[in-house]
Amino acid sequence: MLSEAVPPDEILWEAEAGLFASSDMREKPPMNLKVPAALVDMAQSVACHRDPTRWGLLYRILWRVTRGGEKHLPGIATDPDIAKARLLEKAVRREIHKMHAFVRFRLIDTDAETGRERYAAWFEPDHFIVEAGAPFFKKRFANMDWSIFTPKGCAHWNGTRLTFTPGLAENPIDSPDALEAAWLTYYRSIFNPARLKVKMMQTEMPKRYWKNLPEAELIAELIETSQHRVNGMLAEETRPVKPRPQNAYLDKLRDMSAEEAP
Amino acid sequence: MELESKLAILADAAKYDASCASSGAVRGNSLGGKGVGSTGGAGICHSYAPDGRCISLLKVLLTNLCIYDCHYCINRRSSNVRRAAFTAEEVVKLTLDFYKRNYIEGLFLSSGIIRNADHTMEMVIAVARTLRETYDFRGYIHLKTIPEASPELIEIAARYADRISINLELPTQKSLDILAPEKNINRTRHAMGRIRIKLDEAHERRKNGDKKLRHATGQSTQVIVGADASTDADFLARSDDLYGNFKMRRVYYSAFSPIPEPSSVLPLKAPPLVREHRLYQADWLMRFYGFKTSEILTPETPNLDLDLDPKLAWALRNRQDFPVDVQTASRENLLRVPGLGVRNVDRILHIRRFGKIRLADLIRLRISLKKVQPFLITVDHNPSALLLDSDRLRARFLPKPQQLDLFAPHEIR
Repeated sequence: MLSEAVPPDEILWEAEAGLFASSDMREKPPMNLKVPAALVDMAQSVACHRDPTRWGLLYRILWRVTRGGEKHLPGIATDPDIAKARLLEKAVRREIHKMHAFVRFRLIDTDAETGRERYAAWFEPDHFIVEAGAPFFKKRFANMDWSIFTPKGCAHWNGTRLTFTPGLAENPIDSPDALEAAWLTYYRSIFNPARLKVKMMQTEMPKRYWKNLPEAELIAELIETSQHRVNGMLAEETRPVKPRPQNAYLDKLRDMSAEEAP
Repeated sequence: MELESKLAILADAAKYDASCASSGAVRGNSLGGKGVGSTGGAGICHSYAPDGRCISLLKVLLTNLCIYDCHYCINRRSSNVRRAAFTAEEVVKLTLDFYKRNYIEGLFLSSGIIRNADHTMEMVIAVARTLRETYDFRGYIHLKTIPEASPELIEIAARYADRISINLELPTQKSLDILAPEKNINRTRHAMGRIRIKLDEAHERRKNGDKKLRHATGQSTQVIVGADASTDADFLARSDDLYGNFKMRRVYYSAFSPIPEPSSVLPLKAPPLVREHRLYQADWLMRFYGFKTSEILTPETPNLDLDLDPKLAWALRNRQDFPVDVQTASRENLLRVPGLGVRNVDRILHIRRFGKIRLADLIRLRISLKKVQPFLITVDHNPSALLLDSDRLRARFLPKPQQLDLFAPHEIR
């Protein structure tokens, strides 16, 4: 459309299906176009957003840059179109980051002959980020087989190829993982009840992710019991200092410090 | 003892260490290897506990047995806390099992001092060595080291780890003498100096083509705030020393909080958490905003204002420098405007080449007008001299009490 000089306000952008395959939009623009690399980066992220107005927005920006002579536009963060696009881009990047953080694999089985393990996870992203987020897992877990199932597409790795399949409506994994108990023990123990900052936790780990995080089931209990635990610590009688034990190493440390003292 | 009981004790014992970073390692991944793991780029926080702290690494002690008697520490020899010890193989297996489920970025391993520094260091190194050499683990490893351990052992630790650290814990020897009698600030600083040299050497080798070199890329440390009489000026002066002389990646400030098994030597009352937050903000101002310690704190006021962030407090003390013009002010001066962060300053510098900046533009950059307006001139706004001169300016910024501790520890605008 750009090559035929169709102005942005003459296009009605409807539901994405049927307009063009979404992959067309994520590839690099046609050869005869020169756009700043920063714009391509931004557009790739914006294209993953679920906001239905994203195509119209991207086309308008592209139009302004290529046909409107505004080649500096992508750097003008105060421009309303760029501000909106940056907002969408940020949401997508954040979601990819959260995918890398919050996917929780479960061990499905172990190949009896090779010992190779197969893992699977269920994740529910807001945006279309599975393809953008999957290569990270390939690099990190190259030597195990894994699948990440989501309603917006699934990714699979078998040690040689990363493949993608359509999304699933429901979590297909029904077996729990034996290590989850140890993980919950760790989560419970690393929490410091004397410095409760629930809002801070929720800013970084929004509630919508909790249902797929095994440790989240502990959150309410840890918050509820924290004040009681702190009161218990404050009520404890202080422990006296025990005498220094006979220990050659402690003697040596003391001598070293004494030598340094002025 | 069951493995899970050990995990409960030895994670509980490690939680007072605030260090959580998993960033800054050399880029690497498991493609072409036989194990799991990747590092490089930004770290990942895999979970958050209700204390607002991120969970990025499996943070445990190898054992909480300890011959030292540091009074702020739950693991000191005078404490009656339950004791436990992992075997190296147990920590290795837990790390790998957690890692493969994507719970963590790697391992943070510390230990109580058992027998002596070298013996303890060797035990810690054995875990890292097994992870790297037997299992080809390429995830993140942070090893706590002991200043009195032999330099050779610290060097070995640095070869297996991505980050190593020695906790200073208190900013002056006087405080250490009272609260951590076995620790010595000079020995710690000497060890940090040796580590810095090794880190610099590794950096040079990598720059000269040894791209695959496995070596720690940075060191960090921690100080405990509110356990002794040290002022914020004492802490910031020490941080200046640590960043300047040893190129610390981070100095962590950990507000002393009540612990079970309290020592009779320590204050019962914990300092307000916001003090820790203000120290982080001041630390940021020194490292990224061009502030000198002497500008943030003065001999008359050696402690940070708990009600106002340190940049705003500085601006209120230096009203004669304001307002500045968003269109013409230098980068250095814009960085000193309360409400403007590094990123937005750089955006403004770019945008203003192409046109005039208005208040509406600042809103689009998500800048708080309430905060910047008294200090900034835009083409459609000139703050009244009355406002800047008024004593009510401070009142304008005093927050409602409940907002105080909600901010992230490392964000400043």
